[in-house]
This record gives sequence, C-alpha cells and structure tokens, in this order.
Amino acid sequence: MAENSNGKKLLEVSGLTMDFGGLRAIDDVGLDIFEGEIVALIGPNGAGKTTFFNCVTGIYTPTLGDVKIHPPGGASRRINGMKPNSITALGMARTFQNIRLFPAMTVLENVMIGRHCRTSTSIFDAIMGNRKSAREEKESVDKSYQLLKKVGLADVADEFSRNLSYGAQRRLEIARALATDPFLLLLDEPAAGMNPQETLELDELITRIRKEEKVAILLIEHDMKLVMNISDRIYVMEYGKKIAQGTPREIKENPKVIEAYLGEEAHA
Amino acid sequence: MAHLKRSFGISLWFMFLTLPLIVVRVNTVAREVEWRWQNLAWVGLGAFAIAWFWQFSIERRMAKRVRAAAEAHPEKQKHSLAQRLADDPVLSRRVLIGVAALAMVFPWLVSTGQNFYHVNVMVSALIFVVLGLGLNITVGLAGLLDLGYIAFFAVGAYTYALLNKNFGLGFWTCLPLGGVMGMLFGVVLGFPILRLRGDYLAIVTLGFASITKIVLENWDTVFGGAAGIANIPRPDLFGLELGGRDKAVYTYYIVLALVGLTVLVTNRLKNSRIGRAWMALREDEIASVAMGVDMARTKLSAYALGAFWAGLVGVVFAAHNNFINPDSFTFMDSAMILAMVVLGGMGSILGVIIASLALKLLPEYLRAFAEYRMLVFGAVMVLMMIFRPQGLINDMRRKYEYDTADGESDNGGE
Repeated sequence: MAENSNGKKLLEVSGLTMDFGGLRAIDDVGLDIFEGEIVALIGPNGAGKTTFFNCVTGIYTPTLGDVKIHPPGGASRRINGMKPNSITALGMARTFQNIRLFPAMTVLENVMIGRHCRTSTSIFDAIMGNRKSAREEKESVDKSYQLLKKVGLADVADEFSRNLSYGAQRRLEIARALATDPFLLLLDEPAAGMNPQETLELDELITRIRKEEKVAILLIEHDMKLVMNISDRIYVMEYGKKIAQGTPREIKENPKVIEAYLGEEAHA
Repeated sequence: MAHLKRSFGISLWFMFLTLPLIVVRVNTVAREVEWRWQNLAWVGLGAFAIAWFWQFSIERRMAKRVRAAAEAHPEKQKHSLAQRLADDPVLSRRVLIGVAALAMVFPWLVSTGQNFYHVNVMVSALIFVVLGLGLNITVGLAGLLDLGYIAFFAVGAYTYALLNKNFGLGFWTCLPLGGVMGMLFGVVLGFPILRLRGDYLAIVTLGFASITKIVLENWDTVFGGAAGIANIPRPDLFGLELGGRDKAVYTYYIVLALVGLTVLVTNRLKNSRIGRAWMALREDEIASVAMGVDMARTKLSAYALGAFWAGLVGVVFAAHNNFINPDSFTFMDSAMILAMVVLGGMGSILGVIIASLALKLLPEYLRAFAEYRMLVFGAVMVLMMIFRPQGLINDMRRKYEYDTADGESDNGGE
C-alpha cells in the first residue's frame, strides 16, 4: 500500500470482534484509514459492514479488539465503549443506511443539530437570551446554511425534512454529519435507492467534500461503479471476516472477492 | 343522495339499538310497560343529522386533500392561520399585545364586589395552562411520555403547605422552593428511566405518581393523610389585608405572570440549541446521539424543567385553594394534562395554551348541561382526534434568517 506512506493514520481498528449472543457478527477485522483517503468497505448483505460501523461509532461496544483514533492536532485515544455522542465530539460523524433524519424538523434545523456538539449554549444562556446564545445561534445558522449550499439543498432550507426526495434526504444526512466538523466521515450506503443520475452526483459530491472539507471518508456501498470510481482502497468482508483489501484494481481481480460476490463456480 | 340513504340507514340502526333503553320503560309499581315512542323519533332525527354532517365533512376533507395533491408547488400551499401569525412578527406582536391587554383587564370585566366566580375559575384554568406548558417540554418537545406529571404538582403544593405549617414560611419564599423541589424530584425520577422509551417509560412514570399519592395518603404524621392540610395562607402582598375579591384578583395576576414567564422561557428554550436537541431526541434517539447530542443530559434537563413548572404552580395551587389533600393529585389529572398537550399539538405553545383553557373551562361552563357535560366533553375530544389527530396547532416551522451570500458571514454579535 504505497499510496498511504505520505499520510497520517487517522483511524486504526485492530482485531475487532463483535458477538451477539452466540453469533459472531464480526470476527477479527482490522482496518486503517489515512488522512485524505476515501476507503470503501464492501461485502455481500449480512457481511457485518454496518455492525462494523456501529462498533466504530460507539452504538455497539465491541466484544474484543481496539478502535483507536488519531485526530489531526489531537491526542490519540482508544474509543471502545465510549458513548456515540462523545465519539462524534472527537471528530467522527456518520450517516445511516436507512435514513435517520429528524422528519418533523426543517432541513436547516436538521443540520443545526450537527452543530450541537460544537456549541455550548447552556439552558441558562438560552433562557436569558444573552450575547453568547445569540452569537452561537447565528453561527450555527450560517454554517448550516453554507453546508446546505454545498450539498445543493439551500433552496429547501425551510422545508420539513420528511418532504424531501430520497436522494435529497441522503445528501441532507451528509450535510448534517459534516456540520459536526469531523475529520473522518463514515457513510453507510449513501447511494442506496438512488437512480444512476443521482449516484453520479453523489460521486461528485463525495470527491468534492474530501477536497473542500479535508476529511477522510469511509463508506459502505453496494454500487460497485461508485466504489471503484472514488475509493483509494477497498476492504472486503464476508460472514464477518475480512477477506481482502487493496486498491480497486487489486480487488477487481481478487479471486476470493469474485467468489464471494458471484458464488463459487459450479464444478461439473 | 347516497349520503341521505346511508344516513337514513344509520339512523334506523341507532333507533333499533337504543329501543330497549330509551323507549321501553317498565314501571314496576304500576305493573305496566310504558312505550315512549317520541324518544325514538328524537334519536332517529339526531342520528340522521349527525351521520349526514359526518359524511359531508369527510367528503369535504377528501376534496381538499385531492386539491392539495394537485397543487404543483407545495410552497404555495395556503398556510394555516397560526403559521401566518408566526411568520409575520408585526402581526404576531399586535395580537400578543391585544391578548395581554385583555388578560390584564379580564378580572375587572367579569367580577363584581361579591361575585368573583369567573376569576377563580380562570385562576384554576391558568394553573393548568402552566402545567400543560410544563408537560409540553417533557412530552411535546422531548417526546418522553409522562403519565405521572401530577406528582410534581403535588410535590410543589405539599412543599408550600408543609413549610408554611411547620416553619411559617411565606408564599414568596416557597414559590421558588416549590419549583426547585419539583425539579429535584424530576431529576431523581429521571435517572433510573434514562434508558426507557415509550410504553415502558409511561408505566414507570405512572407508578411514580401512584407511589407519590399513596405516600401522601398514608404517611399521615407528616403529610396529614387523606384529610390533607388546611388553612394554607393565600399569597401575601407586603402584609396588606386583602378582601375576598382582591385576593382572587391578586392570585389571578400571579398565575398570569407565571403563564407569561413559562411562555417566555419555553419559547426561548424551544428555539435554542437545547430545544432543538430535545426535538431531535424525540424524532430519532439513535440519530441524535450519533450527531453528538448527549442523551442523558438532554433527557434529564427536559424532565427537570418540565417538573420545575409543575412544582412552581403547585405552590400557587395550594395557596389558591387554602387546602390540599391527595385527592387533588389523581391519575385523572395527569391524563387531563397529557390530553391538553396532545390536543393542543405536541410541542406547540399556542396550541397547548388554547387546549388547556378549553379543557379546563369547557367542563366548568358546561355545568348548565348538568349530567350531560362529561358526555359533551368526551364527544368533543373524540371529534377532535378524528378531524385533527395532530392537535389543534402543529406543523409550525420556524424560519431562520440567514445570509445567502457565499463564504463566512461577518460576525455580528447581536
């Protein structure tokens, strides 16, 4: 993996194992992400990709293994078992496979929730309506609006998020995650349910985000065209185990991956 | 014509159903059966009218929906009156000043030297407005279903009654203390139920209210048992001796001020970082936690703030009634406050105020209908839920002001 030598490691996962009762959903998976990279995590349905995401972002506490982060300009930390909101505050933000927006809140408010962990207006400040709360409020509105512009949703900022189209909701989730000022963005199947045109736009959006926001991106995706297009490296999982890793070209030719996706060739 | 036919069928069916109940009466003394056919005619006529009106309304609603769907631009939809009010700051300020002025002169308009019944009724109603607004924080904004809200109200009331009885503390000292006590109990209850959601949460809060009531009823050495505590002094005004009417009016202004304060505080919180976190938690807990909202702290603050208002107004309640006993804090009251929040529209301040006033004043002024008043009351609730299940006022969206210019805006502090 020569292309990583010039970057700083951001996320370091080693030996990650997650058991649900007797079921081992993830078995000894390791994964590294370096600065400025787009890494894809692929695999057939039920391979444990989303569980991996949930372990890394604190929704589940892994049974075994280490998740360490090395934020740029911050101290390295082991984040196993930390609460999701603390992990987000440290600089990792995610989107969800099945869109989880706040439907009865406006598009802008959805993004403003992302600013929650970057602001500190207390209940007292809010009741008094003092300078600090007014300033922070304005800052979050402006910042959120700029993010909406970036993902092309500025003209529907005052609409309820439940009224948006599917593709727009996905882009809103990305904007909301970006509002938390992450150094690593985790996207769980951002192209699911999108038509080819929308996927193309998403491709362009993700590349632009990496460039403009200077975030590394880890994404789970089934759309192979998108994955092969934008990712620097790919990890492949099957039945909870990592079966391959490498550049898109290496993955395309990896016999194990082909087998996992197309099934074993029938022997006559 | 189909309507008429169906309505006719429905009225026939009702006539048949109610036949044994309202037509046939067996007079056991005279040993004869009375046939009251004229009642049947009334039932038939009534059922026919209601059924016809019902179908008419449903059809109108459908037509409206079809028209709304045909509309190309959802943005151009006609907004509700409340939304237009909220969007227009000048108009809303005028309305607000008007309502405030009316509320200020209200006691002088409806009361005379001897008769201040309406003022007292309004005081009770306003107490429930504050309760509704408090519960609106917990249930409406943060989405934590609380079926035992009345317990915090009891905490406030008993705080004042006991502190006054045992230590002679006055109303104004106890008012904040009652609020703080309510808040403390809110946090105490909040801690163990942080992980619970929905139905489970409802059961625990219900249990909490029952425990509170049972303790109040049975620990008579401290709380006075079922007999309650009497001779609680009314609010004092710098030691002035007030007449009956003046006392009522004075209490009215105190509660009115509390309502104003509650509205102000809830409104500020709702439109702040805190309020948005509450709403996000209500909408999707996992997503809001993943976006950096601290669940424990946010939920506890919602509980504590909701309970604070109940405790505060509990003190006023005790002072207004001069007497409290556990019977004032039953599950029915909890359910009533919850109904106010749901009917008003979850999270809507204006809606909750209107619903609280309606739910409290309606039964009071329906006394003229004597035994039918609860029937009418129930019917109104059912109709409300059928035609506006989302509450009186909802779907209010807040519009924010933002710079449409590119890049970072200049940092204007105010």
